[in-house]
Amino acid sequence: MKKQYLLSMYQPQGPIPDAEFLAEVMAELGKIRSELQATGDWVFGQGLHQPDTSTVLRPKDGEVLVVDGPFTEGKEYLGGVTVIKAVDLDAALAWGRRYAQVTGLAIEVRPFQGEVED
Amino acid sequence: MDDRPATPLPPGEIERIFRAEYGRAVAVLVRGLGDIDLAEEAVQEAFAVAAERWPTAGLPPSPAGWLITTARNKAIDRARREATRDARQAEAALLHSPEVTTDAQEDAVPDDRLRLIFTCCHPALGEQAQVALTLRLLGGLSTGEIARAFLVGEPTMAQRLVRAKGKIRDARIPYRVPAESDLPDRLRPVLAVLYLIYNEGYLAAEGGSAREELCAEAIRLARLLAALMPDEPEVLGLLALMLLIQSRRPARFGPDGTLVLLADQDRGLWDQELIAEGQALVRRCLRRDRPGPYQIQAAVNAVHSDAATAAATDWAQILRLYDQQLALAPTPVVALHRAVALAEVAGPAAALAEVDTLATRLDGYHLLHALRADLLTRLGRRDEAAEALARALARTRNPAEREQLERRLREI
Repeated sequence: MKKQYLLSMYQPQGPIPDAEFLAEVMAELGKIRSELQATGDWVFGQGLHQPDTSTVLRPKDGEVLVVDGPFTEGKEYLGGVTVIKAVDLDAALAWGRRYAQVTGLAIEVRPFQGEVED
Repeated sequence: MDDRPATPLPPGEIERIFRAEYGRAVAVLVRGLGDIDLAEEAVQEAFAVAAERWPTAGLPPSPAGWLITTARNKAIDRARREATRDARQAEAALLHSPEVTTDAQEDAVPDDRLRLIFTCCHPALGEQAQVALTLRLLGGLSTGEIARAFLVGEPTMAQRLVRAKGKIRDARIPYRVPAESDLPDRLRPVLAVLYLIYNEGYLAAEGGSAREELCAEAIRLARLLAALMPDEPEVLGLLALMLLIQSRRPARFGPDGTLVLLADQDRGLWDQELIAEGQALVRRCLRRDRPGPYQIQAAVNAVHSDAATAAATDWAQILRLYDQQLALAPTPVVALHRAVALAEVAGPAAALAEVDTLATRLDGYHLLHALRADLLTRLGRRDEAAEALARALARTRNPAEREQLERRLREI
């Protein structure tokens, strides 16, 4: 039985890198994804739009308020997520390390509850 | 074996065995059960049986084997009682794990403690959690003992352990010795944890306290690690370093409990047995020619141990060692230690110039100011020396160190 791990990619606020650099990063990310897919350990992954596109719903006094996002303001924001299957944390960290190396961004590795079939 | 005539157990023998065998028993059981809490409960139950039985029945031929077998049976009993799916799996794993069926042969059992050390010191755990887990699971210290040693409340320490064990379980931190290629990275936090445990005890002022016990515990764990990884020179270097520092323990405090600096210590009080062992380890490391920070620090301490008097210290050799250390790990703290040797080789003025280049980066570190005070005193600049001592005093809360600094301030 494997576990699922969420790999969250955190980006600093500021200008977006140039297209040539991004194209290279995307190609490398595609390779990692292919490797994960080959072993059946890819679950889901996608980049997110900028945080100023987000909307927050807040329950208050029995109603739900709609507020302009993001949920938290910070120097870094969630730029994208990937969900993978791995036998243990070391295996998940090894994938996370590759994402960090390719993107130059901080990656948070967090386990999902429960287990999944290999 | 219960029919044998009982030989009376020496006082404290069961506690000694508990401390010595707890880690091994927990490590074997964790592998069978895949759960630290279940393993600890089973081992504690086994020790409770031992505490009841051994004083009248005498020690079994192999106390460790007996404890592991008894703990395994307790775990199987529990699994049968609870009969959940996980427990049934654990039971099957325990029954089919040949390594846990130890008769009197527990020494032939592959040692699971090495796996447990790497789990406790996994880099995904915070340093405080690594230290607490290592002392709890491998050292067999109670939560209360660890809390007292680190001067935190017992509920805080209990919570720290629960959180750390929860992360191991939920994030599935593996229970395994890292692959050769990962070993340098993974060994670093293990060595750091053992040295941190040692230093916590070393800095403790009063003798015989729970904190001072940490030195003995750190050395015990380092001996274990050195036995399990005899080919890792930094492991041997760390053990040598601790032994050589520990050899000076009897001379480190005066009769009134005040701190005595290395230069002023009565070298006749140094423990020659520890020195011989430490120096032999240093020579063993050096032959491997894979130097590292712990080996070099051990070598520096070996040079001090060689000197019959403070004046006979081979400072040129120590300076060369710090040059090597600085090349491996160029940190301001290493540069500060090097300046101590430089003062002896090239004089206080040269050393002071060096120390002043570190002043901004190490302003918060009391030893920088204490060393400046010493150098300024030697240069006859008393007012500045007094100022530096005042700055050092403002930066340490350790009672023994404060007392020593205050005495120097009075002497100026």
